[in-house]
Amino acid sequence: MDDDLVRRQLCVTNPEGLHARPAAKLVQLANQFQCEITLVRGSQRHDAKSIMDLMTLAAEQGSKLLLEARGCDAHVAADAIEKLFVEGLGDLDANPDDA
Amino acid sequence: MEVKRGIAVSPGVAIGPAMVLDAEGFRIPKRFVQEDAVVSEVRRLQHALDKARDEALANEKLLSDKLGGEYGAIFGAHAQMIADQKLRREIVALIEDHSFTPEYATSQVLRRYVKIFEASGPAAAAHVRDIFDVEQRILRHLLGEQREELSHLTSPVIVLAADLTPSETAGLDPKLVRAFATEEGGRTSHTAILAGALEIPAVVGLGRFLSEISGGDTVIIDGNRGLVVLNPDDKTLAEYQHTEEEFRHFEESLGALRDLPAETLDGERIALLGNIEFPDEAEHCLARGAEGIGLYRTEFLYLDSQRAPTEDEHFDAYRKVVQTMNGRPVVIRTLDLGADKLPGDLHPEERERNPFLGLRSLRLCLKHLDLFKTQLRAVLRASALGPVNIMFPLVSTLLELRHAKMIVADVMEDLDERGIPFARNIAMGIMIEVPSAVILADQFAAVADFFSLGTNDLIQYTLAVDRNNQSVANLFSAADPAVLRLIRMLIKSANRHNMPLSVCGEMSADPIYTLLLVGLGIRRLSVTPHSIPEIKKVVRSIRVSDAVKVCRKVMTIDNARDAVNYLRGEARKIIPELVG
Repeated sequence: MDDDLVRRQLCVTNPEGLHARPAAKLVQLANQFQCEITLVRGSQRHDAKSIMDLMTLAAEQGSKLLLEARGCDAHVAADAIEKLFVEGLGDLDANPDDA
Repeated sequence: MEVKRGIAVSPGVAIGPAMVLDAEGFRIPKRFVQEDAVVSEVRRLQHALDKARDEALANEKLLSDKLGGEYGAIFGAHAQMIADQKLRREIVALIEDHSFTPEYATSQVLRRYVKIFEASGPAAAAHVRDIFDVEQRILRHLLGEQREELSHLTSPVIVLAADLTPSETAGLDPKLVRAFATEEGGRTSHTAILAGALEIPAVVGLGRFLSEISGGDTVIIDGNRGLVVLNPDDKTLAEYQHTEEEFRHFEESLGALRDLPAETLDGERIALLGNIEFPDEAEHCLARGAEGIGLYRTEFLYLDSQRAPTEDEHFDAYRKVVQTMNGRPVVIRTLDLGADKLPGDLHPEERERNPFLGLRSLRLCLKHLDLFKTQLRAVLRASALGPVNIMFPLVSTLLELRHAKMIVADVMEDLDERGIPFARNIAMGIMIEVPSAVILADQFAAVADFFSLGTNDLIQYTLAVDRNNQSVANLFSAADPAVLRLIRMLIKSANRHNMPLSVCGEMSADPIYTLLLVGLGIRRLSVTPHSIPEIKKVVRSIRVSDAVKVCRKVMTIDNARDAVNYLRGEARKIIPELVG
């Protein structure tokens, strides 16, 4: 029932890696969903809803991560997060209007 | 009650409430809460986290409006860190499981993250600053008005710290900081020297002990014996209150010696001079009857800034000392630091594997001539105001000394061209602190105007021992027979050439060595200002004839331990209260 498990391969594309600001974006997004969201690298599992946990992941540009979403909205969540990664976690499109 | 043993670096006894500082200089508040207070403490934590998060969010908005979203975003990330549920769970667990205070638990948890980040590569290490920022923000809300910093003390405290930097130590207000004790540090560390200069009791090198004490607990610092007593019982407290009183009394009695000459019972005069670090200490020297400044260390000018000091900054400091000493001689030692301690652009290209055998002191000056000439110009300008001597540290070859003198000549030429006055006949001497300088003393005597024996480094380089390294510090001894033979060699050579020779290392300020040094033929001692009355008292209580006998006996002893025991015994016979 709620136990949908969705897996996706992700790649960190932004030049500075998954540092504080992109991690914050990711956490903000992840927290909008009900499902458990985990980023896996090797044997390490990191909770995508905890910025502290994501920062200890220390994922640099080019890192390959496995996304696991488990729960009723796992598919929507996985799609949204994948999109965020493809877009460079908000780091690539620094908005010129803001400056 | 708990008694910790460390290294006594500045004498005296002080009793007072503890102020505990951690490695980054933040105050660590009380560590433990009553068990029945855990629930309310967790509530207090939640409240502080909420407030800290709101504050970070407000910052985000403020910065985004002002500079744009990308600048504000970092505070958005901070807000998320503060609100992180995992972080909160970890802090709460420490409060519940260990009865830690929220403040202490927060520091512990965040410091754990710092360690993780530091260990996981340069990208993650950049997070460390964010974590400190977050920690400070949370602590500010937890501590509220209670927060107190070293620079804003309002009542007397005893400072307990992992370590104090020289500038933190120098910034201590001796009126409010009654004493301090540190986990790190050794006898000759800069911090220890500064403690002596500030004349507050201090004990260093205690090893880990901060986790056993909470802010506000009563502490006794015994700077005479190198002890720190945590939460003393009533009996110990009463004993120390008595000692504190007695010590003050003894100090006052030494004060009476000020205007009496440093003369042995059989009429031999010994010149007593002061070692100083700061211009203010020149006053301390005068107040204790010093005949001059035998060693003015100038490193402090270089330690506290991002840039090298200007000529005028040097000059202002030197002028103050020369004017205070009012006609008495002042020996200014040129920069005596390793490259690692200097402002950024002078750092060595590669990290030195053996800094003590590396680019330091005079070697560094001869490589960075601008830096050297700036200092020399200021010293020469000060020489127009009173008797000033230049002293070069760590001279190990004759070529270095000739080179240094040549640079002085260059600077003199400059000053001449600009019409700036200075003493043309200024004396230029060297520190004797490397065995090569002792071995070649006859040759050095032809080039230098005076010698000053720096015992700390001479011992270090002779015995190959770093005194700050706890595992080998026991090998470091001024009474080692090899060291004593070098000193005897040096004295003979100096006498052959009529070279003025003084002793300015720590050995000269330790009363157990006074008999030996006088017996060996030393007639000039330069010591920390607070030791002047002590050493004068010893000098006035001995005979040169006895000192010579003691010296002969010591030279027959083949190991440092027996030599020290013998010397201590002899000194105790003369002045029991000075010898521990």
